[in-house]
Amino acid sequence: MDDLYREHILDHYAHPRNHGTIEGADATAEGMNPLCGDELTVDLRIDAGRIADIKFHGRGCAISQAATSMLTELVEGRTVDEVAALTKDDLLAELGIPLSPVRLKCALLGLGTLRVALNRHSGTPLPEGWSGMDEVDWR
Amino acid sequence: MTPVRTPLDAVRLRADFPILAREIAGRPLAYLDSANTAQKPRQVLDAMTRFYEASYANVHRAVYQIGVEATEAFEAVRPKVQALLNAPSEREIIFTRNATEAINLVAYSYGRTNLGPGDVVVATEMEHHSNLVPWQALAAATGAEIRYIHLDANGELDLGELAEIARAGQVKLLAVVDQSNSLGTVNPIRELADWVHGQGGVLLVDGAQSVPHRPVDVQALGADFLAFSGHKLCGPSGAGGLWGRRELLEAMPPFLTGGEMIRSVRLTGTTYNELPWKFEAGTPAIAEVVGMGAAIDYLSAIGLDEIHTHEAAISAYALDRLGEVPGLTVHGPTDPSRRGGVISFSLDGAHPHDIAEILGADGVCVRAGHHCTQPVMAHLGVVATTRASFYLYTVRDDVDRLIDGLHRVRSIFRL
Repeated sequence: MDDLYREHILDHYAHPRNHGTIEGADATAEGMNPLCGDELTVDLRIDAGRIADIKFHGRGCAISQAATSMLTELVEGRTVDEVAALTKDDLLAELGIPLSPVRLKCALLGLGTLRVALNRHSGTPLPEGWSGMDEVDWR
Repeated sequence: MTPVRTPLDAVRLRADFPILAREIAGRPLAYLDSANTAQKPRQVLDAMTRFYEASYANVHRAVYQIGVEATEAFEAVRPKVQALLNAPSEREIIFTRNATEAINLVAYSYGRTNLGPGDVVVATEMEHHSNLVPWQALAAATGAEIRYIHLDANGELDLGELAEIARAGQVKLLAVVDQSNSLGTVNPIRELADWVHGQGGVLLVDGAQSVPHRPVDVQALGADFLAFSGHKLCGPSGAGGLWGRRELLEAMPPFLTGGEMIRSVRLTGTTYNELPWKFEAGTPAIAEVVGMGAAIDYLSAIGLDEIHTHEAAISAYALDRLGEVPGLTVHGPTDPSRRGGVISFSLDGAHPHDIAEILGADGVCVRAGHHCTQPVMAHLGVVATTRASFYLYTVRDDVDRLIDGLHRVRSIFRL
């Protein structure tokens, strides 16, 4: 258990980075995990093909909130194409904690929502072959 | 079995449940998720194994010995269910997969025959999705209107709304849960029965959370239909049932059609079997029904009254001890006599998923989520709750470990 709720996870949960909304965002997407009712909104400002700003807000568990917080740090300043190519394993490596299949959905909610936002803005591909993501409802 | 009729000894009964000897991380299971599904005693497992090893065959058709035995074992469960519910006739007991299927049977066979534009079907804000979605679908299919009895601040039904609902149209059916699976609220079923009958409608009771836990008498409740699940009363998953008043069931068309439910089939048409088989198309869950019968025997020998008394004592103890945890809010009725052995709560600063994960690592099994009652979650203003639920095998030590785990959650999250 101490494996899961490590210091960096608790820190991101207590102090989420890039938390909030972007007025007049270039791209927005909402994701929810119907299993637990968690909700997440990701806003993006995109400038010359790069993610100039990213903000998120919503209600969720420590794992989904911390994973999304870390994700925002990971993608800020990177190009849309780079971020669209980000895999779940890239994010899970960043998280660095063992996750059961149910909690995997919590951890990947932010990434899936971000990729929907990018798809809406730039037509980049949606997540493909993500086992465990099929129950996430992209509204 | 001879009824025991002594105060329930949960410590002794736990020896009947092999899974409770399982260890997680060196600690025995503290299974606090019986509202979700109940664990199975050796008596049920043995009954099913014996049946498979000695008498398994299909029912209602084979003339050879084991076929006769299988039919007898299967049909012997009907009077057990009849006695459990105090139903007037075993012909009124229909085996289904679970309560969900039983409710859908009524929604399709009764609902689509009897409801139309101008009619009203009434459900409540606290219904499990299984007693909500079928009525929404029925309303959409028939043009009937669906109305809801909402919750008050205490998590109980606001019966003051009934008068306005009655003015919305011809009330044909009220679907209500006997005991809420997410709040534990026990509803005034008799009062609701009298109201809906006064409107000329019928009452469907969702007994999934009450039938396993206390005596339920369909005649005393004034119900017209009652649905239940076998897996919540220590039986196997895959078997449950519907009780319905005979004259209603007789007048209803079949739900599923095919084998078993027919009297004779010709290419020009089919005549249907009599009750209850008219509603039991296809090969049923034979061994599961036999297992459900063994579970009913097991519970009846202990006594549903005794089980209820035990759960009330455990609930009172748990409510007391949960009060020790700072930042913890218990949802639902505050009066312990108005609720069953189900406690949903929120803990400031910790999400239910994280709570359940931390408790689960220590062998304490609780449910985190919306409990298939999203309207209740919306009413509470939360996305999810943590829920602990009790049964005949729950002991104070299980509750103590829940409390220890909650303190651990607070410590991990530095609350």
